[in-house]
Amino acid sequence: MNMPPLLRDIEFAVDLSFVNAKGWILDLLSHIVPDWVVVFASIVISGVAILVLGPVIMMYLTLLERKLIGRIQNRYGPNRVGIWGLLQPIADGIKMFTKEDIVPVYADKVIHCLAPIVIVIPALMVFLVVPFGERMTAVNLNIGLLYFIAVSSITTIPIFMGSWGSRNKYSLLGGMRTAAQMISYEVPMTLSVVPVIMMSQSLSTNKIVLSQSGSYDMNWFIFTPWGIVGFIIFFLCAVAECNRPPFDLPEAESEIIAGFHTEYSGMKFALFYMAEYMNAFTLCGIAATLFLGGWQGPFLPSWIWFLGKTFVLICVMIWFRGTFPRFRVDQLMGFAWKFLLPLTLINILVAGLCHFISEKTGWIYSFIIFSISFWVLVRLNRPWMPEKRHYPLAN
Amino acid sequence: MTNFPSKRKSSGIKQWDHVYTSSVQNAPSHHWLKIFGAGALKGMVVTLKNFVTSYFRKPDQGGIFTVQYPEERYPEIENYRNLPFLVYDGSPDKVRCVACGICERECPPKCIYITMETDVAGKPVRKPAVFDIDYAVCMNCGICEEVCPFDSIFMDHVFEIASPRRIDTGMIRHQEDLLKSSEYLQKIRPKTATMIDEKKRAAEEKKKAVVKPPQGPTV
Repeated sequence: MNMPPLLRDIEFAVDLSFVNAKGWILDLLSHIVPDWVVVFASIVISGVAILVLGPVIMMYLTLLERKLIGRIQNRYGPNRVGIWGLLQPIADGIKMFTKEDIVPVYADKVIHCLAPIVIVIPALMVFLVVPFGERMTAVNLNIGLLYFIAVSSITTIPIFMGSWGSRNKYSLLGGMRTAAQMISYEVPMTLSVVPVIMMSQSLSTNKIVLSQSGSYDMNWFIFTPWGIVGFIIFFLCAVAECNRPPFDLPEAESEIIAGFHTEYSGMKFALFYMAEYMNAFTLCGIAATLFLGGWQGPFLPSWIWFLGKTFVLICVMIWFRGTFPRFRVDQLMGFAWKFLLPLTLINILVAGLCHFISEKTGWIYSFIIFSISFWVLVRLNRPWMPEKRHYPLAN
Repeated sequence: MTNFPSKRKSSGIKQWDHVYTSSVQNAPSHHWLKIFGAGALKGMVVTLKNFVTSYFRKPDQGGIFTVQYPEERYPEIENYRNLPFLVYDGSPDKVRCVACGICERECPPKCIYITMETDVAGKPVRKPAVFDIDYAVCMNCGICEEVCPFDSIFMDHVFEIASPRRIDTGMIRHQEDLLKSSEYLQKIRPKTATMIDEKKRAAEEKKKAVVKPPQGPTV
């Protein structure tokens, strides 16, 4: 980048402002306390930042969602509490805290109580490997992506715990659906990540971001033929993973009365919500990391780039919610196993092909391959309608 | 495996077309719309358009038509009627009501309570001493207004009458709360008020025309 040196310095300072702030605090501490406390403080600072960030993000995502959905449906969202309704999440929080906590008589009390607590843990653990900016990954794991996939798939278990512990047939149906849906969508999601791992030759989220630098830091994976297909598949699977519309079968209000959280009220219910929104955020963040270059981008500080990309993806998720009706169960499973899964396998092959031939021919070949495979898959997935029966004796 | 057709012939596809496109055959069909997923994109364009236009379009052009209640209100509709009130002419002691008790008797949920006033000698005066209406019980039917022969009770336009208490004194309105001037009636329901004024004037003219009016209640 050709920038004047002063501007560059300023950008660098803003870019690393959070990192530097932490450094200063630790510096200050090192004069007063022994070394092992400083190491401990370093962990605590990152941990507290994440523990505060997660709930705050969740609170304001609910507000954002309500605002955007409102506009899509031609109404104002919440606009009474504070300017533009900015204090609405706090009001909601107070309401949730003061509500009665109802436990069904025949519920499995321990599991019923444990489920909302357990579900928040993987949602917060995933934040550890999200690279928020340059040198702003809480734990720079060299198997970060594997860790992310492993931890985020644990979410199925607490949801099933909640649905089983409630002893409610609707909850149980919701839990069954969750298990089926999340396990099915894990497969294409993991496979759509494989080309990224192949190209960056690393499982570390930091290294994946670094491998997408280039001219103007814009050498993002989405600008490659396999990247754009992979991104679309990954994003669709991410929407299904965090149970958001149109894949919200586990909590379909109109079919199974909010599914697994039918029997939850007050803060327990809020914890389920919190986990869902934090999952949505981290999945969007990981999608941005893998395909949209993470914090890479020209001119602006790295964390602004990352948050901006994540925000755009979240808005697309909300846009989906405002647009699409819910899938049917068979459509949902068919979409994952009969459409996305073969397409991800083809995508892996295309990624390999693109690696060995020049960029332009790569685009042409991959366009042809994707068009043909798309057409074939659509033909194969065409629903079969039985011929209309004729009743000759009816007249 | 029912989703995979056993015999892949043109007839199967024709059948499919027949079932799903017969109802929308009049709609213009673009060939590119038949690509898988294009319908979803089209739907997303619709919601995006709605989202963007909600910021600058007028309510009648497809913008937001929410009326933000405490700050904005719909204009009052004349025929809107909610809860009864009493009318006086000029000053509050000139009540139109003569405490005949017809409304009290006709009221279906029995929310009206009237007693007649008596003068010093104990003789009843044509005026209510107590006139209470329990707004919590009133079912807003308007029968009291219809049956009143003296045009003294009318349905009001008030609706912001919330109270923390339901029984006790919360929603009970006494005579002094119920009394409102005939100008107020003219303001909220000009058509009804004008009609009644004309009726009264006609009756008075008729009364003047007769030299000696017979004894009896006058309007």
